[in-house]
Amino acid sequence: MVEQEVAVVFNEQVALDTFLMGLQAKEVVREAAPGHFVMVRVHKGFDPLLRRPFSIAGTLGGDLFLILYRVVGQGTGILAEVRSGSRLSVLGPLGNGFRIVSSGTSSCLVGGGMGVAPLLFLAQRLNGMPFSFLAGYGNAAQIPALDSFGLNPETFHIATEDGSRGHHGMVTDLLEEEVARLKEPVALFTCGPRPMMSRVAELALEQGLPCQVSLEAEMACGLGACQGCAVEASSATDRFYLHVCTDGPVLDAGRVAW
Amino acid sequence: MESYITDLRVEFGPLRLKNPVLAASGTFGYGDEFSHLSDPSDMGGIVLKGISLRPRAGNPPPRIVETPAGMLNAIGLANIGVDRFLEEKVPRLREMDTVVIANIYGHTLEEYGAVARRLEVAPEITALEVNISCPNVAQGGVAFGTDPGQSAAVTRCVLDNTDKPVIVKLSPNVTDIRPIARAVEEAGAAAISLINTITGMVVDVETRRPRLGNVTGGLSGPAIRPVALRMVYEAVNTVNIPVIGVGGIVTAHDALEFLIAGASAVQVGTAHFVDPRAGIHIVKGLDDYCKERGIGRLGDLIGSLQVN
Ligand SMILES: Cc1cc2nc3c(=O)[nH]c(=O)nc-3n(C[C@H](O)[C@H](O)[C@H](O)COP(=O)(O)OP(=O)(O)OC[C@H]3O[C@@H](n4cnc5c(N)ncnc54)[C@H](O)[C@@H]3O)c2cc1C
Ligand SMILES: Cc1cc2nc3c(=O)[nH]c(=O)nc-3n(C[C@H](O)[C@H](O)[C@H](O)COP(=O)(O)O)c2cc1C
Ligand code: FES
Repeated sequence: MVEQEVAVVFNEQVALDTFLMGLQAKEVVREAAPGHFVMVRVHKGFDPLLRRPFSIAGTLGGDLFLILYRVVGQGTGILAEVRSGSRLSVLGPLGNGFRIVSSGTSSCLVGGGMGVAPLLFLAQRLNGMPFSFLAGYGNAAQIPALDSFGLNPETFHIATEDGSRGHHGMVTDLLEEEVARLKEPVALFTCGPRPMMSRVAELALEQGLPCQVSLEAEMACGLGACQGCAVEASSATDRFYLHVCTDGPVLDAGRVAW
Repeated sequence: MESYITDLRVEFGPLRLKNPVLAASGTFGYGDEFSHLSDPSDMGGIVLKGISLRPRAGNPPPRIVETPAGMLNAIGLANIGVDRFLEEKVPRLREMDTVVIANIYGHTLEEYGAVARRLEVAPEITALEVNISCPNVAQGGVAFGTDPGQSAAVTRCVLDNTDKPVIVKLSPNVTDIRPIARAVEEAGAAAISLINTITGMVVDVETRRPRLGNVTGGLSGPAIRPVALRMVYEAVNTVNIPVIGVGGIVTAHDALEFLIAGASAVQVGTAHFVDPRAGIHIVKGLDDYCKERGIGRLGDLIGSLQVN
């Protein structure tokens, strides 16, 4: 893990309010695993003050890593204006990533909105192993064009809440179908809005399937120092709270109080 | 280790610091979280995360929310408790080539005294900083630090239980800081540090709920700097013991404001979340400032403020 100024190689719009940024950082690429995140300082000033956390969405070649982000406020608004060639301070990779289950088991990746970001990296690293990728969005305009990821479009199944693309409804509907269809057990990996992940965790519990979730929390440091990123732990742990930055962001669904 | 042209050493009370920049409590962990990013030995000292007699899980989330040029936190003083601290964290402090200050708190006078006494076994800890911004359960939850008598009582109680120098960290959530500073000095504190965070809140207008699980939290970061500086200035003009300036310091320029106003040292907190090396950059910036102006000894700047 390092803190360094890195070059922005590209920063392009890939869907409504959604951008894909490529950053050049050999050290980050060398250490990065799916589920890891970086803390990005979006500018040199002090307002907004804190770094913003983003999942590593993949790597390109030996020295580029990707972040996929949606403009939701001041920090991401500034980020969207950053031109290629500029430099940004990046801290990472941070956190604990997904544990990739041994070959043989197939995997199902369930993402909602920007929650697809860490799962895209996971898909990249699952190469050769069987998996399906279920992605849910509000509408078709929010679906990012993901040409740079080199993923097989056939592995993708899309749901939109307004029905403008793919299944009309929730991505968890697709998951229920998938679980019913597959006879052998499947390992679940999920990231997205809390209600979606909670439903995935519930399904995993009902079906006795292993399930790893990638959580979000408001963060100040990303390093375990501030204790700001606490989420409630389930009774299956000996703790009251887990820290998303150092215990997670990827956790077994059973360790989280939903 | 960096080397500097200027003599950056400062003395306050019984403490000798290689430079006047310390990491503030709660923002640098127990010194190990940042160790591979930033060498604490390059700072004048570090103040560790607050510890209490018993472990505390802390407040329900969300615990932080960003505000203009600052942040609110309601961590709830989550910590591992003094026993685990002594067992797990203190041995690692031995390698640190800088002054290490433990920050302690309690909810009763007895708790303050008990934590101080437990830390007597740890020579790794040079001094104690006493956080008096905590609610006093015996007094209906009013913070010790808002009352001169209670502030003095905590100070005396800690002094009765330790041979280490005692720094008392004042709360800014008071109408007038001066009587409290005076009471703490009279009770025997070796130094005071201020300010702790300023109580604040943020409302989410969509959900009409507070943004913090605890409803209110403590404001820190550049937003509080002018308030902190004013209070440090008032304290410096009230007491004869050394004053450590804390609040919103992110650059050497900010640190200089406090030193010129009379602070013998400064603490850097929230800035470390943005830049884990903030404290070290500030030390370097102080050296640059002095070099450029032909100031050989940083100590000569302290209290050099000209009013009229
Ligand atoms: C481990 C982790 C990985 C993340 N990965 C991605 C990613 O790959 N792509 C992406 O687009 N976003 C990701 N996020 C969320 C991202 O950090 C926030 O969207 C971003 O910080 C918002 O900054 P802002 O200044 O634009 O918004 P603000 O003005 O700060 O806030 C705007 C809105 O965003 C919400 N928000 C702010 N910070 C967070 C946060 N840390 N988590 C969740 N919601 C937040 C606020 O509640 C508010 O509603 C991740 C968050 C975490 C904790
Ligand atoms: C996340 C966080 C945790 C803190 N924990 C403590 C603590 O345990 N004890 C204490 O005395 N002060 C604590 N503080 C207060 C800081 O030490 C400091 O007084 C305050 O943040 C103002 O300085 P700053 O603006 O440089 O951060 C904490 C501050 C923050 C932001
Ligand atoms: S973000 Fe600071 S401890 Fe997790």
